[in-house]
Amino acid sequence: MTVQTATAPGRVTEESERAKAENTLGRQLVLPAIVLMMVVTAFPMLRALYLSLFDYSLTAPDDRDFVGLSNYWTALSDSLFWRDTANTVMIMVVTVAVELVIGFAFAMVMHRVIFARGVIRTSILIPYGIITVVSGFAWQFAFSNSNGFVNGWLPFMGDDFNWFAQYDSSIIAIMASEIWKTTPFMSLLLLAGLANVSEDMLEAAKVDGATWWQRLYKVILPNMRAAIMVAVLFRALDAYRIFDNIFVMTAGANKTESISFLTYRQTVEQFQLGIGSALSVLLFLSVLVVAFLIVKLFRVDLAQARQE
Amino acid sequence: MNMTKNRVGIVIGCALILGWCLLPVAWIISLSFKSQEAITNGSPGFFPSSGTGAGWKNYEDVLKDDQFKHAIFNSIGISLISTVLSVIIATLAAYAIARLEFRGKRFVLTTALVIAMFPVVSLVSPLFDMWRTFGIYDTWLGLILPYMSFTLPLAIWTLSAFFREIPWEMEQAAQVDGATSWQAFRKVIVPLAAPGVFTAAILTFFFAWNDFVFGISLTSTENARPIPAALSFFVGADPFNRPASLLAAGAVVATIPIIVIVLFFQRKIVAGLTSGAVKG
Repeated sequence: MTVQTATAPGRVTEESERAKAENTLGRQLVLPAIVLMMVVTAFPMLRALYLSLFDYSLTAPDDRDFVGLSNYWTALSDSLFWRDTANTVMIMVVTVAVELVIGFAFAMVMHRVIFARGVIRTSILIPYGIITVVSGFAWQFAFSNSNGFVNGWLPFMGDDFNWFAQYDSSIIAIMASEIWKTTPFMSLLLLAGLANVSEDMLEAAKVDGATWWQRLYKVILPNMRAAIMVAVLFRALDAYRIFDNIFVMTAGANKTESISFLTYRQTVEQFQLGIGSALSVLLFLSVLVVAFLIVKLFRVDLAQARQE
Repeated sequence: MNMTKNRVGIVIGCALILGWCLLPVAWIISLSFKSQEAITNGSPGFFPSSGTGAGWKNYEDVLKDDQFKHAIFNSIGISLISTVLSVIIATLAAYAIARLEFRGKRFVLTTALVIAMFPVVSLVSPLFDMWRTFGIYDTWLGLILPYMSFTLPLAIWTLSAFFREIPWEMEQAAQVDGATSWQAFRKVIVPLAAPGVFTAAILTFFFAWNDFVFGISLTSTENARPIPAALSFFVGADPFNRPASLLAAGAVVATIPIIVIVLFFQRKIVAGLTSGAVKG
């Protein structure tokens, strides 16, 4: 009798102690990662928020005047900010849409291919792994009218056409480099999604007389929804941050500047830390808005993206 | 009939994929063999026209260039150090996420997701200022810290996806035999998890090797400037006429490590990318 009453509460405390120990160990193990991520992002971001309230330039570091929100007002009332934001959104929408279509076609081929699987997958990883700057140079020289081959290969283009002389053709060249480099990533994510579409269901649809298009729209796409949405979310936010290709290919000439490029130029080239910080905060907020809109509009399952 | 039509479609699809992936790479290799005189005079066309080939001259020039040599050395050193440190920290975190119940797990996952989406350029201004104050501007450490924190989300996802697949009964068996949680982790799980860790390391290395934003804004000399930044500043003697073929040779050299890694570890990278980013 006494033995029984002694063991029951004993086991409970032992279990809760175990849970407690597990809780402590878990927290200890994630601590270094959390601290590092916070030190390099959250802390500097708070500092940017603080600096954005000052008129602060590295060329005159000692006159740091508190100016309240006027840096934000300067940025938001400047048509340059809105032009660059519109340009960035345009690049994001076009590149992600094109990548989604081409990436899906590539994923379908890779899913069905039986021979030379290794060769295909090895080559698809090359654009993924290549340095964006290198991709930018390769495409810049390819489009160049003095040393490139694009004008010669396109039958409707004059040999002397200068792709980097005006906005339309410059932005096409920039998007070509961006799309080339990131489509493989998209297609690998979609390939993982395709692997989850059950073959039995496809077979059943075929037996019921569904055409290829019907099978695509009614069976394959709905079953891949989660994978597509996560791929779109990641790629769209990545495209919104476009910087490397623009820096290398046009350096922002002909109004091809993106919002990231504008922020960089204010800080590093013009040493305007006050307005640069305000732009940093605005860039961060606009990414949050874009992320929020994508998650809400397409009803992306964030638990999926978070891997819960 | 239908089968052969399908097969033809797949062959054409494969040819398109190969062309898509390899054509620009072939182009930059071909460009690197055009002579510098031909570039100055203008030499349109995919291949060097006859008589204007440069042989290995561009490669010799690039590898003789001190700035380029420094940049390669910086890139290899910085990328390797950040990869090792990031993967160690991510392994600990991913183990906790995959295996342990603790308060704050959601917080870790959300932080990782936010950081994966973070616009890196918005950190340029504050980090530029902070690193100058701390005296780590234009040093290896000044790049290693941001590389580590921005590769952690990818490494944590990849690793926790791998860790969920591990047969954890073995860990319990070890614990029944008297091992502590920590011993079970070190002696049983680490050897099983090694392939996943390796994949995370490759993806992390790619990120660090590819970075450009931090590379140009947090360095000012060849002291720490990595290869993408060095390539973008590499203008040669005449800034109005970029030495395209020399740059191409430099670009090819900078791409060789990536191609070697891809050739050897193709299967692991694909597994890591697909399990790490989308599951279910």
